[in-house]
Amino acid sequence: MDTIIGILEAMLRTAVNPATAGVVIAVIGLNIHFGFTGLLNMGQAGFMLLGAYGFAISLDQGLPFPVAILVGLLAAVLFAVLLGAPTLKLRGDYLAIVTISAAEIIRYVGRLSNLSEYTGGSQGLRGARYQEPFINLSFLSEDGRWTLPPEGLYSWLPSSMWAGETGGRILGLVVLVAAVAGAIFLIKGQRNRQKELKPGSDLPFAQRLRTGLAVSGLIFVAVIAVFYILPLTLDQTKSNGWWVRLVAWSMVGISLLVAMLLVRSPWGRLLRGIREDEDAVRSLGKNVFALKMQALIIGGAFAAIGGMVYVLPSTVQPDNMGRSMTFFIYTALLLGGAATILGPLLGTLIFYPGRILIREVADAYIPDSIMSSSQTDQFSFIVVGVVLMLLVIFRPQGILGNKRELRFNV
Amino acid sequence: MSEATTTKPGGLADPAARKALMAGVSSEPGSAKPDPILKVDTIVRSFGGMTAVNVDHLEVQRGIITSLIGPNGAGKTTFFNLITGFDKPSSAGKGGAAWSFDGRRLNKTSAASVARAGMVRTFQLTKALSRMTVMDNMLLGSQDQRGENLLIAPFRPLWAAKEREIIAKAESLLERFKLLEKRNDYAGSLSGGQRKLLEMARALMSDPKMIMLDEPMAGVNPALTQSLLGHIQSLRDEGTTVLFVEHDMHVVRHISDWVVVMAEGSVVAEGPADTVMSNPAVVDAYLGAHHDTDLGDDALLNEEVADQLAEEVAAEEADREQTESAKKEGTS
Amino acid sequence: MKSRATEPPEVRTTRATQLSRLVLVLPFVAFLMALGTPSAGANTLTLCQPTAGELSCVNGTVGSRAEPVGDADVTLTRPDGTEETVTTGDNGRFSFEAPVVGEYLLSLDGLPEGLEQIPPEAQFAGPDGTVMVNVDALGRQYVPALTVRSVDYDSSGTSKTDQLLQAGVNGLRLGLLLALASLGLSLIYGTTGLSNFAHAELVTLGGMVAYGLVNLGGLNLWLGIVLTTVICGLVGYTQDRVLWQPLRRRGLGLTQMMIVTIGLALAAQYAFQYFVGASTQKVVVRTFDSFTVGPVRLSYMDVIAMLIALVLIIGVGLVLVKTRIGQATRAVSDNPALASASGIDVDKIIRIVWTSAGALAGLAGVLYALTISNGIRWDTGMQILLLLFAAVTLGGLGTAFGAMLGSLIIGVVVELSGPLGAPGDLKYAVALLILIVLLLFRPQGLLGRPERIG
Repeated sequence: MDTIIGILEAMLRTAVNPATAGVVIAVIGLNIHFGFTGLLNMGQAGFMLLGAYGFAISLDQGLPFPVAILVGLLAAVLFAVLLGAPTLKLRGDYLAIVTISAAEIIRYVGRLSNLSEYTGGSQGLRGARYQEPFINLSFLSEDGRWTLPPEGLYSWLPSSMWAGETGGRILGLVVLVAAVAGAIFLIKGQRNRQKELKPGSDLPFAQRLRTGLAVSGLIFVAVIAVFYILPLTLDQTKSNGWWVRLVAWSMVGISLLVAMLLVRSPWGRLLRGIREDEDAVRSLGKNVFALKMQALIIGGAFAAIGGMVYVLPSTVQPDNMGRSMTFFIYTALLLGGAATILGPLLGTLIFYPGRILIREVADAYIPDSIMSSSQTDQFSFIVVGVVLMLLVIFRPQGILGNKRELRFNV
Repeated sequence: MSEATTTKPGGLADPAARKALMAGVSSEPGSAKPDPILKVDTIVRSFGGMTAVNVDHLEVQRGIITSLIGPNGAGKTTFFNLITGFDKPSSAGKGGAAWSFDGRRLNKTSAASVARAGMVRTFQLTKALSRMTVMDNMLLGSQDQRGENLLIAPFRPLWAAKEREIIAKAESLLERFKLLEKRNDYAGSLSGGQRKLLEMARALMSDPKMIMLDEPMAGVNPALTQSLLGHIQSLRDEGTTVLFVEHDMHVVRHISDWVVVMAEGSVVAEGPADTVMSNPAVVDAYLGAHHDTDLGDDALLNEEVADQLAEEVAAEEADREQTESAKKEGTS
Repeated sequence: MKSRATEPPEVRTTRATQLSRLVLVLPFVAFLMALGTPSAGANTLTLCQPTAGELSCVNGTVGSRAEPVGDADVTLTRPDGTEETVTTGDNGRFSFEAPVVGEYLLSLDGLPEGLEQIPPEAQFAGPDGTVMVNVDALGRQYVPALTVRSVDYDSSGTSKTDQLLQAGVNGLRLGLLLALASLGLSLIYGTTGLSNFAHAELVTLGGMVAYGLVNLGGLNLWLGIVLTTVICGLVGYTQDRVLWQPLRRRGLGLTQMMIVTIGLALAAQYAFQYFVGASTQKVVVRTFDSFTVGPVRLSYMDVIAMLIALVLIIGVGLVLVKTRIGQATRAVSDNPALASASGIDVDKIIRIVWTSAGALAGLAGVLYALTISNGIRWDTGMQILLLLFAAVTLGGLGTAFGAMLGSLIIGVVVELSGPLGAPGDLKYAVALLILIVLLLFRPQGLLGRPERIG
């Protein structure tokens, strides 16, 4: 039982990690590229890395915090324009080849020892050199620790029902299941009501607001329930505490909202049209090249923000944002469901903890003589690769994708 | 532009008026028209050593149905692609290619600008956007949507009114093309003929001055063929210029006010349908490719023959579509 | 002594070198050695020990760790203008205390005849050829580089021309091996339209199989190379049979197939790590004899590898042009439907293409491991994937002869850009730059035909 709890705790820690949040944002960006527009960007990690470097180097050189964010974003935008200009008029493969190469070049440049004064070379740019302005923004206590859920939530219960106790865990599990089921029920009901309406018209605003609030509330309860089962204690601020998690996951929320507003607009409709057949869209008088460029830039900007979030608690280590990262981002996107709003979030939240699960289970239950502990890590990545293949072949729409759009190309 | 799309001429619904209009036009290839909407000069396109299109001069009259016919491989689709900006003419043409639409030169205009100028086309292999709903397909066809601007897109109130307006318009068009009950279905789930209809309806969302249909009847079952022809006629009656490509002249002779015949890349004849069909150059051109079909017969009136003919055309198209798509799959 | 050693002083390189990691480790190792053997030479140097907040140190070696220069005078000028001079011993070490924060200047004199100091990089250059050390905090160790070279550097040995010649030959070597590997990539693209991102893993597989057969299995090298080629060919065949053919039959789109190759590449890379480990493995333990022609130095293995590659490339070219299978392959590349209609068994052709692609990539992998990378690692192939794609795109996607031409160009350009001033791995960036410029002006590649639109 302790082993299982240990594994679950490791998974939860991974799930709430700011790095995971950073990847979610990058996946949202790739969803705009690949899921909605059909652009084969194979260098999403390069966009992340550029954002991270732009942000961290600016801070290291003493530029103000907002300027640093702008520098990171601008770097990604320029990168998008540079790569998009020669390739977006050509067949999709060209973009793939150029982006995968360019992302590698960014990594090589980051590793260059000549530039180590700025980039930290292959060792990476240490967090201490750029984290301070961000940590100073924190309104949480400077060096206290804090546990989720707070004790006040459950101190009135009998002690066996407290968070992290066996009884409490069972209680948490029940609440979790109930909350998730309730949320799904509400969403389905809403969808069915929407379907009965004329297209283009919406349910009354008040009704949508009510459902939205109820679902948000249930999701909040579910999250608390997860922590009730597995309480988590972290620094309040410091470089890798609650503060950075709060900011990172808020950024995820904002990114999801912005992405949703974008893809549900006529602009998003154009992107989907281009994905289906760009000649058709062209024949309807739309400037396809400009739209693809916009999509590439927007998705790249998301990745840059993701990169900044990714490095907030740690270091800017170029090798962490190499080709493998791009592949993980693709896996997460396809797992959650390309061209869905919440797919990136769900996919990443399954992908990273899932890999930890595979590794830890292999570590705990397969004897060392068959699989050493370093091999379990590699084993988990082999599984990732195979899962990516199987997903594309057997369930290209991912978890959240629409069954009716079973195929990419009908 | 929006001004041009709203001020359509009354339309030439009266057959006698159309006849009178075209009466003075000589039946020579490249003859001048009273009020040409499209003028093409020396347009040449060659692939490798083969010249696919070599048109010296062609004018298309405003407000009528002009059909562009010719046997397979006559260069009709390439010609279509060239004037709509989907292909570039070879530089080999003497003096360079020049063509203008409604007084506007289009030589170096992108496909998108051609469409925005009011000349909207459809494709021989339908390009219905499969994983989008019929309604979304329609909405894409509308011009001047503020919500298509990236910076305005996230703010729904800024484009919601326009959206309601174009949804209403799309609904009335879908109603007319009998697709309204399919509006929430994915376009990929429609039948071949329904896709053709959808593509035509989508093109009409922008109120084009001229609609260019590339083999709208190909692969469509005979019942739908009749209704398609009806739609094309009513478009003309409302004032839209129609140019459409068809390789079988039987299908078009009843609705065409003017027929242009292409063979081996050039315009070999033009004139009213009856005149053209008795032209020896046309018979020659067709005998090369289509010697088994009887040219002079008024087959469309006879249901049995029409069915047989349509079946033949459909089979041929399906065959071609299959090779085309296989080819496409292999190269793209 | 040990307890002191467990807390290494914070080391900071002031002159970046390509071996920056080595530089970080070496002072520490040297420091231990120096402590362990206080009487190593007659010249006993008192090594400075940084003290947190009080004292920084400027330590280093004249020359390099491998070839230290003894009996040279190193002079340190402190921020206050005072000077201190140390004469190096056999180990070439110098060590100074830096008790205050500020800019220190190091000058090097009394070098043995025939040697001169390599001028420091601009950011570390002080006045009069001195090396500037910016001591920005106390309690750290600074390791400036005082490197040397022979005086006749420009006239012989490694003059610019000679460097370029050597790089040109290396480029030819790289280009030929790239061509060998990219032929298959290009043929697969041509016949199936698939951009195979797992192609590089076939290259790695070649090196890995050879490592297993020759190094671990003790097989004769030549036999091992042949057997590796055969095995990799079989892997190519099996891949097509088990994976790609069924997927084509399912009608899976090319984009999705491409993502499948990415999954496969990922799985394969970690499978290599799983079975072989993450370090570089040598196919053969011994090094090959080498010879020099003028300024160019090559090993016999280099020559053999280049010859094998050349013969095979010409061979594949001949097969494509002269034989029925070759013509059928090109027909399938041109138009699969038409080829199929004219009685060509497209599936069979694709299977042959996959098999030969596997064999060629595997062979390229062994030869690459034997000559260029001096061993094979799980990511060896991944490192050249970029070059392979650049080569194939440069020549024209899907054209076999374009792939050969593109590979040679990319190989030579990459190797030449090193001596011409591209530092480190940045030479790969040059390949990308060429690619982007080319796509702007001639998107179909050098030998590709312009595409028909619409």
